[in-house]
Amino acid sequence: MRLIAGLTTTERQTGLFLAGLVTLMGAALGIAGRNDLLGYHGLLIVVFGAVIMIALLRNLDAPEPEESRLSEYYDDPIRFGIVLTMVWAVFAMFIGVWVSALLAWPELTFDAAWASFGRLRPVHTTGVIFGFGGNALIATSLHVVQRTSRARLPDQVSPWFVLLGYNLFCLLAVTGYFLGITQSKEYAEPEWYADIWLVIIWVTYFVLYIRTLARRKEPHIYVANWYFMAFILVVAVLHIINNLAVPVSFGSAKAYSAFSGVQDAMTQWWYGHNAVAFFLTAGFLGMMYYYLPKRAERPIYSYRLSIISFWGITFLYLWAGSHHLHYTALPHWVQTLGMTFSIVLLVPSWASAGNALLTLNGAWHKVRDDATLRFMMVAAVFYGLTTFEGSFLAIRAVNSLSHYTDWTVGHVHAGALGWVAMITFGALYTLTPSLWKRERMYSNSLVEVHFWCAVIGTFIYVFAMWNSGIIQGLMWRTYNDSGTLTYSFIESLVAMHPYYIARTVGGLFFLTGAVVGTYNILMTIRHEPRPLRERAETLGADQPLVPGE
Amino acid sequence: MPEIHRKLERTAIGFALAIIAVSSIGGLVEIAPLFTIDETVEKVEDMRVYTPLELAGRNIYMREGCYACHSQMIRTLRDEVERYGPYSLAVESQYDHPMLWGSKRTGPDLARVGGKYSDEWHVAHLADPRAVVPESKMPAYAWLQRNALRTHDLSAHLVALRRVGVPYSDEMVENAARDAFGQAFPDGAMAEGVAERYGDDTNIRAFDGDPGRLTEMDALVAYLQILGQLTDAPHQKEAGEQLVQAEEAE
Repeated sequence: MRLIAGLTTTERQTGLFLAGLVTLMGAALGIAGRNDLLGYHGLLIVVFGAVIMIALLRNLDAPEPEESRLSEYYDDPIRFGIVLTMVWAVFAMFIGVWVSALLAWPELTFDAAWASFGRLRPVHTTGVIFGFGGNALIATSLHVVQRTSRARLPDQVSPWFVLLGYNLFCLLAVTGYFLGITQSKEYAEPEWYADIWLVIIWVTYFVLYIRTLARRKEPHIYVANWYFMAFILVVAVLHIINNLAVPVSFGSAKAYSAFSGVQDAMTQWWYGHNAVAFFLTAGFLGMMYYYLPKRAERPIYSYRLSIISFWGITFLYLWAGSHHLHYTALPHWVQTLGMTFSIVLLVPSWASAGNALLTLNGAWHKVRDDATLRFMMVAAVFYGLTTFEGSFLAIRAVNSLSHYTDWTVGHVHAGALGWVAMITFGALYTLTPSLWKRERMYSNSLVEVHFWCAVIGTFIYVFAMWNSGIIQGLMWRTYNDSGTLTYSFIESLVAMHPYYIARTVGGLFFLTGAVVGTYNILMTIRHEPRPLRERAETLGADQPLVPGE
Repeated sequence: MPEIHRKLERTAIGFALAIIAVSSIGGLVEIAPLFTIDETVEKVEDMRVYTPLELAGRNIYMREGCYACHSQMIRTLRDEVERYGPYSLAVESQYDHPMLWGSKRTGPDLARVGGKYSDEWHVAHLADPRAVVPESKMPAYAWLQRNALRTHDLSAHLVALRRVGVPYSDEMVENAARDAFGQAFPDGAMAEGVAERYGDDTNIRAFDGDPGRLTEMDALVAYLQILGQLTDAPHQKEAGEQLVQAEEAE
C-alpha cells in the first residue's frame, strides 16, 4: 500500500491506535445494542476499524518515507478522496434513478422493506449530499488550502482521520436507512451515535484547516478559504443544534428529538435550508473561486463583489429557513421575515454568479473549446438561475402553489445537478491530471460526452418537474362552477405519470455521464506517468514554501 | 470597507469568529422567541399524549419514511381546508418529537386521516395499495402484518420522551408494554387500563383484524387512526370562521 508507505512508523502507530479505538467503540455499541438494530451498526464499525488496522499492521514495518516528501504538498488523502467522491456519485445517483423509477412503477419493491421508496429516498439524498458532495468538499478544500497558503498540511494523520471517519459516518447513515434506522429529520436522518461521531470528525477537520491556514506564507487568506471556513463552521453549528436528542438508552439506536412541533419545524428548516446554504452553496463556491479562475487562467473579476457576496450569504441565509413553512402553524411574523430575507438573498447570490461569469471575460474561447471549463461556466449559470428561482419560490403567494409539489423537487435538482455536481466535475477534471502528474485527462472526448449527458439530463429532469409541479399545484386548487374542488387527489397523481417517467430518463442521462466520468478519472490514474524531466518542471511551481513536519 | 476587510483576512481565528457572529443572528432572532412567546402554541385542555401503541406506530411511520410523501400540515388555504379539513394548529404537534409536517405530497396530507377510513380499509390498503386504489404509487407494506411488534423497551421510550417534555405519568411508563397489548386486544384483561390512563375516547380495537397477535400493522393503523384526533381544538372553531381565516391568509 503506497498510501501507508507515505506515513512514518510513528504515524502508522498513531493510526493503528485510533483505528483500535474506533473498533472498541464499535464493539461497545454492538454489545450494548445486541438486541437492537444498533447491533448491526456496532458490527459495521468494528469491521471498518479492523480493516484499517489490518492494512496498517501489514505495512507497519515498511521502510520509512523519504525526508523529501515534506517539501511537497500532502496530496495522498486528496487523491483517495477524489476516488471516493466518484464512487459515491455513481452509487447515490443510481439509487436516485431507482427511486424515481419507483414512482413510475411502484411494484418494483419486491415485498422487501429495505427496497421501498421511503427507505431508499434518504439513501439517495444522503449519498449525493454527504457522500458525493461531502467527499468532494473535503478533498478539494484540503487541496485549495495548501495551494493558497503555500503550506503543506501540518500532519499526515488528521487528514486521514477526517476523510475515513467522515466516510464511516456516511456508511452508518446509508446502511441505517436500509435497516430502518432514521430520526426522520430531512437531510439529518442519521441517529444520535452517528451524529456524535460526525461532531468529532468535524472538529478535527476545522482544527486541521485552521492549523494549515496558520502556517501560510501568504499574508491574506484567499477568498476560497473564506467559503470553506464558513462551510465547516456553520455546518457544525447547524448539525449540533438540529440533532439535539435524548437516546432511549445506550443500547438503542433510537433517540427522541429535543424539540417538538412548531419549534422543531423551525429548527429543522433553519438547518435544512442552511445545509443547502453552507454545505451545497458556500463549500462549492469555495471550489468555484479556486478552480474556475485557475482553469480560465484569469484573475477573479472583482474583489469587492467577493466580499459583498460572502458576507451577504453568511448573514442572510440563516434567516431564510422559515420560507419552508409558509401558511403553516408557524407564527406569521417568522414566515414574513423568512420571505423578506429570501428575496434580499438574491443580491449576494447574483453577485457571486456574476463574479464567476465576468471572470471568464477574455477566456470565452476556452469555454468553447474546453468542456472542463464549460462545466464550471454552466454551473455558475445554474447557480444564478436556481438562486433566482429560490427567491421567487419563497414569496408567500408563489409558495402557496409550489409547496408540497414537484416544483420544489425540480428546484432542488436544478441546484444539485446544475450547480453542485457540475462545479464538482469541473473541479475534479482540473484537479485529477495535476494530482497524478498527467498532462491532461485520459480522454478529452469523454469529458465532452460527460458534459452533454449532464446538461441534457439536467434539462429533462428540471423541465419534467416544473411541468408536473405546476400542473399538480393548479389541479389541487381548481374549483368548478358550482364552487367545489374539481379534481380528486388521485387524479392529480395520475397526471404526474408521464413526467415521472421523463424524470427517470433525465436522471439516467446524468448517471451515465457520472459513470463515463468515473471511467475517465480511473483511466487517467492508471495511465503511464509523463516523462520525469517534464514532471520536474511542473513540480517546481507546485511546491509549498512551508514544508511539513 | 476593503481596507478593514484586508485586515480581517490576515487572521484566521478572527475570520472564524466573525463568521460565527454574523451567521448566528438570524437563528437567534427567529428561533429563540418561539420558545419564550406563549402564543406560539395554543393552550388546549383536551390535548392528549400518544398511547404506547400509537407511539410505536409513529416510529414505524418514521422508519418507513412515510413523511417523504405525506405531509401532516394543512395550510391556511381554502382548497386545503376543503380537501383535508380544518387547518393544522401548532398544539396538535406539541408532543411530536420530532414533528412530521413533511415537505412533499406525492400522496395526500394525513393530518386528519384518523377516523376517515375503517381499520379494514387501512390494512388492505397498506398490504396492497393498488388493490384498493388502482392508480396509487404507494409501496406495498404487506410485511407489517407479518412482523411482531417490539414492545419490551416501550417504557424506556416513554421515559426518553418524558425527558424532552411529554407529560407521561409514572403509571403510563410502568404499564407501557401492557398498554400496547391492551389497546389491540379489546376483550383482554389489559384493555381496561388503557382507557383509564389515556381516556375513554381511546381507540381500543384489534386494528389489524387479528386479535391473536400484536403486529406492526396494529401499531401503524392505531397511529393513522389517531391523526387529527388528539384534540378537538381545530374543530371547535366554526367551520365558516375557518374558511374566512383561510381566505384572509390567502
